[in-house]
Order: sequence, then C-alpha cells, then structure tokens
Amino acid sequence: MCAAIGHTIIQLFRSIGALCLFISRAVTHVFVPPYFPRLIGRQFVDIGYYSLPVVGMTALFTGMVLALQSYTGFTRFNAEGAVAAVVVLSITRELAPVLAGLMVAGRVGASIAAEIGTMRVTEQIDAMTTLSVNPLKYLVAPRLIAGTIMLPILVLIGDIIGVFGGYLVSVYNLGFSPVRYLTQTWDILEYMDVMSGLIKAAVFGFIVTAMGCYHGYNSKRGAQGVGTATTYAVVSSSILILIFNYILTQVFFS
Amino acid sequence: MTAAQQTAKLKLSGVKKSFGNNHVLQGIDLEIPQGKSLVVIGGSGTGKSVMLKCVLGLIAPDSGSITVDGQETTGLDAHARDKMMAKFGMLFQGGALFDSLSIWENIAFGLIQGRGMDRRQARDIAYEKIVAVGLRAEVGTLFPAELSGGMQKRVSLARAIAANPEIIFFDEPTTGLDPIMADVINELIIKTVRDLGVTALSITHDMASARKIADHVAMIYQGRIVWHGTVDALDKSGNDYVDQFIHGRAEGPITDELKTAHKAV
Ligand SMILES: Nc1ncnc2c1ncn2[C@@H]1O[C@H](COP(=O)(O)OP(=O)(O)O)[C@@H](O)[C@H]1O
Ligand SMILES: [Mg+2]
Repeated sequence: MCAAIGHTIIQLFRSIGALCLFISRAVTHVFVPPYFPRLIGRQFVDIGYYSLPVVGMTALFTGMVLALQSYTGFTRFNAEGAVAAVVVLSITRELAPVLAGLMVAGRVGASIAAEIGTMRVTEQIDAMTTLSVNPLKYLVAPRLIAGTIMLPILVLIGDIIGVFGGYLVSVYNLGFSPVRYLTQTWDILEYMDVMSGLIKAAVFGFIVTAMGCYHGYNSKRGAQGVGTATTYAVVSSSILILIFNYILTQVFFS
Repeated sequence: MTAAQQTAKLKLSGVKKSFGNNHVLQGIDLEIPQGKSLVVIGGSGTGKSVMLKCVLGLIAPDSGSITVDGQETTGLDAHARDKMMAKFGMLFQGGALFDSLSIWENIAFGLIQGRGMDRRQARDIAYEKIVAVGLRAEVGTLFPAELSGGMQKRVSLARAIAANPEIIFFDEPTTGLDPIMADVINELIIKTVRDLGVTALSITHDMASARKIADHVAMIYQGRIVWHGTVDALDKSGNDYVDQFIHGRAEGPITDELKTAHKAV
C-alpha cells in the first residue's frame, strides 16, 4: 500500500520534472537562432486565424446570455443599469480568456498533439534529428511562439464580439437605450480589466501549445499512443488553464 | 597497411540497452571497415532497429562504447553530436518521410534546414537525387501520401544520400515490397554504396537481399551477435542459429528456445 503510494508520488514528480525540462529546453530554442519565420507564420494562421470562428461564436453567445441572465437577476433589485457593467467586466476579465483558452485547447491542443504524435510514431522526429534539425526548434518553438502571441489577439477580438453580443440582447430584446448602454460600458471599463485578460490569454496560449507539443512529442508507439496523447493534451491543458486562471486572478486583483 | 585503414569506420563494443525488464541489447560487438557493407540479420523484435538508433544517438545505450573513425560517440554534447550526425544517413524502416512536405522538400530538408543551404541550390540537388534513385522528375512536387511503398523507399533513400554521408544505415529496406521492387532497391543500395564509396550497415530478414548487398554478414540473436563472417561463409557457417534462419526452418534452436521459454511461463 505504502509502496504503491510512494511509487505513484515518485512517478508524479518524475513526470513534472520531465515536463519542466521539456519546456525549458523548448523555450531556449525560441530565443536561440536559427529561427524559422516561415513555420512561425504558418502556425499564426493555423492557431490564430482558424480559431477565429470558434472563439467568435463562443464570445458572441456568452455576451448574449450574460445580458439576459444578469437582467433577469438584477430586475429583482431594480438594478438593471448594471447589466452593461456585468457584461463587459465578466467578458474581459474572465470569460473571454478562459472560454477562448478552453476552446483553443480542444481545437489546437488536440491537433498539435495528434500531428507531433504521428510524427513521433512514424519516426519522422527521429528522421529529423538524423538530418541535423532539432525537432524542439523546428516543431515545438514555432508553435509556442504562435500560441502565446495569437491567443491574446483572439481574446481581444472576443472581448469586442462579446460586448457586442450583450449590446444586441440589451438593445433589441430588453429595450435598453443604445447610447446609454455603450456609455455605461465605456465608463466602467478600466485599462487593467482588458490587460489582465490579455495576459491570461498569453499564458493560456502557452499552456495549450506546450501541452500539445509535450504529449505529442512523448507519444507512445502505435495509433493508440497518438490517441492517448491527444486526450492527455486536451485534459491537462484545460485543467492547467483553470488553475492558472485562479492564480493569475489572485495576482491581479488582490 | 596504414593506421587509418586499420581503424574500423564504425565499431560497437559491449553495447547494452534495456527497456524496463526487456533486455533488448545484451552486449553487441560489431565492426565495419571503411567502404564495406555489413548486413545484420535476425528475427523481428530482436533489437536490430534499437541497435541503429543507439549508434545515431536517438536512444541512449545503457553501457558500451560506439566509435566512429576511432572517436567515441557516446556522451558527446549536443554540438559535437550534430557534427557527428552529419556523417550519417539513415533509411528508416517505415520511410519516415515528412508528410507535410513535398517530395523534393523532403529530400532537401537536411540541406536547407540542417545546413542552411540556399533553397534553389538544395532544390537542384534534390532533383538530381530523384533521378539518381530512378524516379521521374515530376514526382518532385507530389506529397509522400501520393506515392506507392516502393517509391517512398526510393525517396527515403534519396533523402538519406542527399548530404553525401560517409556511413549509411538501411533499416529493412526491402520489407513490404514485392520481389521485383525489392530487387530494384537492392540494386540501388549496391550502386549507392559503390558510387559514393560509403560504409553501409543494413538490417534485414530478407535473405535474398542480404546475400545481394552484403560483404559481411552478422546475425543478432537474444541481444548478442551470435555469428559474424563474410557473405560467402554464410552457407557453411556451422552455426545452428544461422542455418535455421537462412533456410527459414520452423524447427531448430531458435524455435526450441521459444518453446522452452513458453513452458517456463
Ligand atoms: N522506444 C522504445 N521503448 C520501449 N521499448 C522499445 C522501444 N523501441 C523498441 N523497443 C522494444 O525493443 C525490442 C526490439 O525492437 P526493434 O529494435 O524495433 O526490433 P527489430 O529487430 O524488429 O527492429 C522490441 O521488444 C520493442 O518492443
Ligand atoms: Mg526494426
């Protein structure tokens, strides 16, 4: 019993160690030349551009439902005026970064793990090494860069779409005055509300791409290995996003 | 004979590797002279690929020594290892072509990304190699998934020789090919080794291929080299393992030991 627990704990620390080593080596390659601008560009498109529809839809409907929910709640206290504030603060500080992070974990994290995992099991990563190209530099570094830069941009767009969703519902469904809604939104918003969300997004983008790369890179052999790597990538990055969201919120607003 | 000729191009001594309780390599001793072609034969799962990967540094051996041109390669730092790698070319068992790159980009990959060669110059070399392995130049713009198994092997070969390596490894080059295509690949290997003057280490369980491309043959069994000799000596090796293997008999020491192992379990 004790031995089993001990073994599990040792195994846990060993995995954390391996993960930290992998990430620190990969991050070194981000800063040390040669760089691969073509590859980074392609990852910008893959990770950023193609995630726009998912993130946009998520933000739009979240903004809409927030307006609806807060309105039904606030009418009980005659505080309908707070709807605009609730929408914009929830979106920028919490919901846009977290939901975009989770959506991107599902879309991008999974596909990175599957792609790199397939390269691992079909020996393409070994082949790359024998051709004197470091896979951490060629495969991992461009994805980390693209994830960390693109997610804040996605979230900024998500912020705007989310607020717009709240505006649509408030004005066309709940009968708010358009000008007043927008003024209320603008007056309550502070620089730090948006900025904290964007910093969170950068961290989440890094987490998603790092976990996708790590699990793909260490994929076990066979098709099953790739499947497991994909699952691990999505689950671990989703959980890490929620944990880091709490930590970062604590850091920013306490 | 000068000293340079006496040192083996590639030498393995006492190389061991285990994965948990799976003791794959239990002390491999091998030597290949400069410019010769050694074929290692042995059953599936006997650690042939693991042996190659140990030499290439893709898998770290647990113990033993591996020297190239007399220089120890185990425990080199990353930079020295990269330099060492430039001496090697490898044809992987499954081809291992990059499926997101076109054929010519696959072949030019090591030149462009690994050595920083100009794209246009690398492209010319790639097309030269495409023709050298007997493919039509139009293949260059296709993707690996669009080629048959035999064509993929040829592209892999072209990629392995693109940077003019001194030592080439062929991991089961003919496995999964029809006999005619297998022979075409054999001919290509012989031609490559002769034309480029490289040292070759091949792995196979295809005896026709082994006889054709080998100067020397070694047999791996249970993590050790159990026999080593010239290809002419293969038929009169006097080694029961070799005899069973080259004649593909179901009865013999290899299967006997399997049976006793099963009984023990
Ligand atoms: N990366 C690895 N991790 C764990 N076991 C491995 C690994 N690579 C190979 N093995 C095991 O080593 C043994 C030999 O494999 P391999 O060298 O591929 O055989 P073959 O002689 O057919 O090329 C097999 O039992 C295989 O399961
Ligand atoms: Mg093999």
